[in-house]
Amino acid sequence: MEPATTSSFNTERLLEQADQGTSLWKDAWLRMRKNRMAVFSVVVLLVISLTSVFGPFFLTYSYEETNLDRVAQAPSADHWLGTDKLGRDQLSRILYGGRVSLMVGLVATAVSLTIGVLYGTIAGFVGGKLDALMMRIVDIIYALPFTIFVILLMVIAQDAGTAVENWLLQSFGWKTDVASKWNLILLFGAIGAVEWLTMARIVRGQVLSLRKMEFIEACISLGLSRKRIIFRHLIPNVLGPIVVYTTLTIPAVMLLEAFLSFLGLGIQPPRSSWGLLIKEGSEMMEEAPWLLLYPGLLFSLTLFSLNFLGDGLRDALDPKTSKD
Amino acid sequence: MLKFILRRLLETIPVLLVVVTVTFFMLRLAPGGPFDSERKGSAEQEAQLNAYYGLDKPLMVQYFNYVGNLLKGDLGPTFTYANRDTNEIIGMFLPVSLELGIYSLLVALIIGITLGVIASLKPNSWSDYFPSSLAMVGICLPTFVLGPLLILFFSLKLNWFDATGWEYPRDRVLPSLTLGGYYAAYVARLTRGGMLEILTQDFIRTAKAKGASASRVLFKHALRGGLLPVVSFLGPATAGLISGSFVIETVFGIPGLGKQFVTSAFNRDYGLVMGTVLVFATFIILLNMIVDILQVWLNPKLKFK
Repeated sequence: MEPATTSSFNTERLLEQADQGTSLWKDAWLRMRKNRMAVFSVVVLLVISLTSVFGPFFLTYSYEETNLDRVAQAPSADHWLGTDKLGRDQLSRILYGGRVSLMVGLVATAVSLTIGVLYGTIAGFVGGKLDALMMRIVDIIYALPFTIFVILLMVIAQDAGTAVENWLLQSFGWKTDVASKWNLILLFGAIGAVEWLTMARIVRGQVLSLRKMEFIEACISLGLSRKRIIFRHLIPNVLGPIVVYTTLTIPAVMLLEAFLSFLGLGIQPPRSSWGLLIKEGSEMMEEAPWLLLYPGLLFSLTLFSLNFLGDGLRDALDPKTSKD
Repeated sequence: MLKFILRRLLETIPVLLVVVTVTFFMLRLAPGGPFDSERKGSAEQEAQLNAYYGLDKPLMVQYFNYVGNLLKGDLGPTFTYANRDTNEIIGMFLPVSLELGIYSLLVALIIGITLGVIASLKPNSWSDYFPSSLAMVGICLPTFVLGPLLILFFSLKLNWFDATGWEYPRDRVLPSLTLGGYYAAYVARLTRGGMLEILTQDFIRTAKAKGASASRVLFKHALRGGLLPVVSFLGPATAGLISGSFVIETVFGIPGLGKQFVTSAFNRDYGLVMGTVLVFATFIILLNMIVDILQVWLNPKLKFK
């Protein structure tokens, strides 16, 4: 941009000029469009999520319909991806599992995003003793073996859900599926509760460093209102790292869900998730390798796309710290 | 530095106490007990067992008893194994997990650093794209996908290895590759990033200008700074290796502590759960401490504070 050499120093006019330049997001979009891997990832993710969400409506077999006459059959015209150990249609289970896995990814990420951003902003803004205390707490939780706690929590939650279910059945005669619903909610909570730490650190660091930067000082000396500084200059600059880190949290969360389901602690059958399908597939990979291959492939492809999208977004939104 | 280590060691005590307390109350306040499996004994037998193990006492009394015994180095009884206590069981299974962990860490560091350095020497060329894509694939293939796939290919199809077991040296190959491979991918990315940053710096140019050979520049000057990100990743990596071992030991049928932890959590084997959690927590905390020391040692800009 041309250096401002006007003698009549008009702040408003200068600001307007600055506003008319390409915005951060437009810039980012232009950079992002050039990144073929990132665009490809977006397409892959769209296809996978749309098929998972709408696909099951067009299928003949439901994900929980068992058929013991056709157990662990290879892919055929009738069952495109074969059947599992109880004769359930694998395609239907994979799509339903995709819904669950993606939902866990989104909801648990939203939980961690909310906690992390709020926590980080408060610590960064207020500063001082509160900041020191809040970050010390994060440090301590970081040092704890948190996957171990999530595992313990899930084991306990399973029994608690079953206990409530039995109690309802015995005392009121109500047949419910509290256990599996409860399990799902707890899964969101437990994963979200451990994944917010890094987000809080990132946001706090950003807020802290931004407050000391020259352009914020410039805003202050130009006499901009506090609101304008925060919304026009601070937030857009923190938003980049938040968006990038959120995209990278989703695969981490999905990985944790799959990990728990693989250990038999996450989603419970007859429901399905990709992690659960991979577990079931690996149990019978000798007789029916397709039961392992397809969910494994799909899960890896999703992680792959999410990671590439995250990298692409980072390069686009934060050109200073590109992937090198 | 000695003061720093001492202070950090002292700091681990409250953290471990938090771990013990949280785990203890989480386990005890949860529904279900160690003796209510399907094969239920009579109420009388259960009461007897509870009295024998002191589980009928008030919770706070049990807690202080546990912490008291812990200070004497006694991890208490386990309900799964007859006539053995938790110390013995952990002593039996820990070496297996430790061996797996060390091999995996070696795999991660050797493969990861090599790939990362190769990728960083000629950025945006084929010798960069290939290792970088390999690393990306590694990150997106979780251990519980890679492990079964490796068994499927190398054990069932090619018959090179046994599918499960931990008896012969060759049984170590697939599990270590699976567990280490995932972290090798991370290490490769971190090494590449760190090296690229270092290689453009002035002191590297100075070293080259003074006529140092390429290998001397690389090994003597660049690696020390370029590996900093890898060193700080070692802490989270250890935590990851431990939780990864739960899966690996299940997939490959390895009699290690990770598998014990998951089973004992299901069975409400209080002693064994607490014992394994404590061992894991100690490892993670100690490794984080070593990482902090290494970081200062490698990076003269930092000081022990």
